[in-house]
Amino acid sequence: MKRKHKESLTSLAILSPSIITLAVFVYGFISRSVQISLLDWDTFSSFMRKAKDYVGLENYAGLFREARFQTDLWNTLYFTLFFILGCLAIGILLSLILNNKPKGGYFFQNLYLFPMAISFVVTGTVWRWIFAPGRLPDNPRGINLLFEQLGLDVFQWGWFTSTGNFLGFNIALVAVIIAAVWQYSGYTMAMWLAGLRGIDQQLIEAARIDGASKWQVFTKILFPIQKPITLSAIIVLAHVSLKAFALIYAMTGSGPNNVTDIPAVYMFEATFRSNRYSTGSAIAIVLLMMVGLLIIPYLVNSFKEE
Amino acid sequence: MDEKMTTQEKIIRYAILIAFAIFFLIPMYVLLSTSLKSFSEVSINTMWQLPDSLSFEGFREAFTKLAPNVLNSFYLVIPATLLSAIMGSMNGYVLSHWKFKGSDTLFALILFGMFIPYQSVLFPLVQFMQTIGLYGSIPGLILVHVVYGLPITTLMFRNYYQDVPEALTEAAKVDGANIFSIYRHIFFPISIPSFVVVFIWQFTNIWNEFLFAVSLTDTQSQPITVALTNLAGSQVVEWNVQMSGAIITALPTLLVYIIFGRYFIKGMLAGSVKG
Repeated sequence: MKRKHKESLTSLAILSPSIITLAVFVYGFISRSVQISLLDWDTFSSFMRKAKDYVGLENYAGLFREARFQTDLWNTLYFTLFFILGCLAIGILLSLILNNKPKGGYFFQNLYLFPMAISFVVTGTVWRWIFAPGRLPDNPRGINLLFEQLGLDVFQWGWFTSTGNFLGFNIALVAVIIAAVWQYSGYTMAMWLAGLRGIDQQLIEAARIDGASKWQVFTKILFPIQKPITLSAIIVLAHVSLKAFALIYAMTGSGPNNVTDIPAVYMFEATFRSNRYSTGSAIAIVLLMMVGLLIIPYLVNSFKEE
Repeated sequence: MDEKMTTQEKIIRYAILIAFAIFFLIPMYVLLSTSLKSFSEVSINTMWQLPDSLSFEGFREAFTKLAPNVLNSFYLVIPATLLSAIMGSMNGYVLSHWKFKGSDTLFALILFGMFIPYQSVLFPLVQFMQTIGLYGSIPGLILVHVVYGLPITTLMFRNYYQDVPEALTEAAKVDGANIFSIYRHIFFPISIPSFVVVFIWQFTNIWNEFLFAVSLTDTQSQPITVALTNLAGSQVVEWNVQMSGAIITALPTLLVYIIFGRYFIKGMLAGSVKG
């Protein structure tokens, strides 16, 4: 018993640097952000005075009334939705083709995955040049020029400089979504491919012999088996999209009328550009809760399975 | 194993594969062709054309501007990767083979740090770094990346060590080995593949990271990702320089991917799927 006790102490001692730093850097700082979001530190002078004037949830209420933040929430919703759908559709399609081991499949697989190794900052820089190079013009050249040269003028439009809006969806986001899908669809492909390789081929052959079409094999066999993997991919991608700060920052910024703004960009500007510390912290906490809503049910579920 | 496919089906499959290959390569084409043009040749009107003659003007200038930042990134990434991997390995070892009352809860609490959006700690973090005098320095950024890297590295090593039979630890204990010697002689040597995966994962993530880098550094200590976005901020955007800069930024992690692709994919899957 004594020995056991000593062992626990040694274990704790090994873990203690991690426990202490994470306690401060994760739990301490989140608590501090919550605290600041409840104060009225929205000017530099009130921040310097460090007055503890609690204003309750006023910063949050103000935030949800603001046009910019409302736009941000719509943008996040649509960006996340289309980003995930795009990555799933392309990733699954490619994994199904590559799972048949076509000649040169390995080459294509590696090619589709390389954007995963690149920074969002690089992705943003390149795609900005592709869609609307130079100082933002009224009529972005770039890929429009390519369409013109190929005689495909119908595909020309304003890309991320466009202020068009459809049911709350700022169509300028399409350009950002293309860049994000370019970077992450290889990820879904790799996840699906890893899963497909584990499926017993006899199962599929048997179904084919029984007359199932390829589409039926996909919807009735493959998709149900791959559901947990698909779910994991969705969680990770949703998580990525909430963090797409670097991509937006490098590619478009907030854009005209905040058409490509997201809460993470607003948080950064409020905190570090305009000294609205309480508003910035409130946005940060809203972001944290959005991630929580997404992650906690998933984690509870996977711990139960374990 | 392959089903019999008609020629038509084969053609469709390859058409899809090639179409996507083009989509994935467009940015690479633009990057390379623009970066190899001279400043006088860079024009929006010819952006889709290959350069008339190869010019390394853009690369030369980008490298002159970015060399200090490339060094900063290496000074940051190497220690941060090593430290977070070693600490994660020790944590994972203890949390899988030296469990104690409450250790599973502790693991869950550590893991939580992996899922938070870093905005939720950002402002207090900046203030804290200013207070302890590490704001605007590479050591400060190393500390931040080690701490926020711990949840994922701990998870990866714990999952790896969990497959090592408990009997092995028990037998070593009977022979009088202690917690440290068992790690050094048994667990550390068998976890080299796992270290490779974690190294690559951390190297790529920390090299590519932007939010902490932009919030916690000054002009002296900026890593390459921040310096690249600042290249765009100057009055006349020299696109050949900027595209060269983007290539310089992407090159180290791309090389890692090309050389260690298999481990990279392992890390990517391990980072997202449990077990």
